[in-house]
Amino acid sequence: MKTTRHPRPTGYAVFLAPGLLLSLLFLVVPLVMTFYYSLTQWQGVGEPTWIGFDNYTRLFSDADFWASFRNIAFVIVGIAVVPTLLGLFLAALLFDYIGKKHGDGFVSLFRSGLYLPQVIPVAVTGLMWGWILAPEGAVNSVLEKIGLNSLAQNWLGDPDFALWMVLAVLVWMQLGYPLVLFLSGLQRIDPELYEAASLDGATWWQRFTRITVPILRPEVYVVLVTTTIAGLKVFAQIFVLTGGGPGNSTLVPAYFAYQNFFERADVGYGSAISSTITLLVLIIAGTMLTRQAREDG
Amino acid sequence: MTTHTTSTAPPGHRRKAVKAEAGKAKATGNRRSPGSYAVLAAVAVFVLAFLAPFIVILLNSFKTSADFRTNGSLSLPAQWNWSIIAEVWDRVGFTQKLFNSIQISLGVVLIAVLLALFNAYAIGIGRIRWRTPFLIFFLGVNVLPQEGLVYPIYYLFKEMGLYDGKLGYTILVGITYSAFGTYLLSSVFASFPRELIEAASMDGAGRWTILWRIVLPMSWPTLSVMCVFFFVWSWNEFLYPLVLLISNDNQTVPLGLSVMQGQYTSDPTSMSAAALLGIVPMVVFFLIFQRSLTRGMTAGAVK
Repeated sequence: MKTTRHPRPTGYAVFLAPGLLLSLLFLVVPLVMTFYYSLTQWQGVGEPTWIGFDNYTRLFSDADFWASFRNIAFVIVGIAVVPTLLGLFLAALLFDYIGKKHGDGFVSLFRSGLYLPQVIPVAVTGLMWGWILAPEGAVNSVLEKIGLNSLAQNWLGDPDFALWMVLAVLVWMQLGYPLVLFLSGLQRIDPELYEAASLDGATWWQRFTRITVPILRPEVYVVLVTTTIAGLKVFAQIFVLTGGGPGNSTLVPAYFAYQNFFERADVGYGSAISSTITLLVLIIAGTMLTRQAREDG
Repeated sequence: MTTHTTSTAPPGHRRKAVKAEAGKAKATGNRRSPGSYAVLAAVAVFVLAFLAPFIVILLNSFKTSADFRTNGSLSLPAQWNWSIIAEVWDRVGFTQKLFNSIQISLGVVLIAVLLALFNAYAIGIGRIRWRTPFLIFFLGVNVLPQEGLVYPIYYLFKEMGLYDGKLGYTILVGITYSAFGTYLLSSVFASFPRELIEAASMDGAGRWTILWRIVLPMSWPTLSVMCVFFFVWSWNEFLYPLVLLISNDNQTVPLGLSVMQGQYTSDPTSMSAAALLGIVPMVVFFLIFQRSLTRGMTAGAVK
């Protein structure tokens, strides 16, 4: 890495100054402030009162907080695990079957279709699904049409279903992301490898497990880490679809923090929640980085 | 009929036959069979079902309330009428929202790309001291959850008079994205041909000249993908605009539509029309910039 045959060029630091200063001012200062607020009791007006780690101890005995973390575990399944598995399968199917037999035109058509939800604003996606899953929405219409009236539900208003519906919407939104990444990762594969394998009598499933999956390992890793981080930050979907309810059945930490900031004027407590998420996100991202660095070098 | 891969195929199938002979089709797996059409059809059905929500929204945005009540959400509109969409457009102030979103997103793109370019120039080309810690810093900033920053920003923006204004918000989001751009561009710049820069500086080009005349033009492919991406991200932002852009004159498209939700719960066709209004701009954008979008995501995730 370090070649010091030439004297180090100087004078470039000035280019870093604006970006660095603005980031410090607009991002790092607020981050530090949030942490400071988390150690105080504050309603957003007047002076914050220092209370040390009381907010955090309160957090650990708060059923809503634990519910929000349990829900995050589900959210991560919906946003990370399921789309990754489904994406792997679909990518292999498109690349190693449809593409070969019916041409790349179909592959890019399908890829675009499945990627589309990724570019729609999350809030609008929520609006759309909220309407489809409403008591008089399309899902219940379908059930009625096919004579399964008894299965019709208030999908987002029933605590037994709401979280599963959120999960389904998340899978729908996220699927395009791993798919596109995996398809581009598969370009790395020498087509001969598949051909040799099929000449040797390997079945599609064998090619999938022995060639596709091992080769896509880096992409799988990236998808799992980035979507897990995205899962911890999930907010807009919940805000628009369920507002965390019914009860706390779809509450997530980001929404819980938002409620404390802007609805309950409990800024100190909200800050403790968001500081906890921030810490978790930084730990996951840091772990990913060091692991990747170790693999690269 | 299903196997045309022999050289005796009729003329109409010659292209396929040639293609098959040209190489990649020695393996028997390339032959189309009834089974392969079944798989193709199955995937096509899956994709159609996947896109069904869009179709449902489209159908219901053009229905009158009476039509919806009698025929439900799955029928074709008895007659296609634009009045609901027009009405929602007016009620939401969609023209204004569209203008706000475009203005903000363009501003965000400009700020984010400029800052990222400068940062990455210093880190990737200038190889300044402590570049690795700086890079780690930007990477860390890149993953920070907005909810961890939003309250102090809300508070500080109120103090500074930036609250409920497009300027402060645009700068904030621009800076946020610049962290990602810095990370991406630095790795691109790290493999920039050094000879070019050395040659230019031999010829007496200063650092500004090198940046504008050599580095910028050569990194345009990456930059343009970044622009497309930042535009979409900024268009789709939710938490920051929810907190920072509260007045009707400043709201963005997704926010303007989603806060109308409460008023529409008893008015399904309007709801659907609102969703359609939110979907269309990005679908148009997607159709235009599809390649950049998919390419950009790849670049971002696996450098």
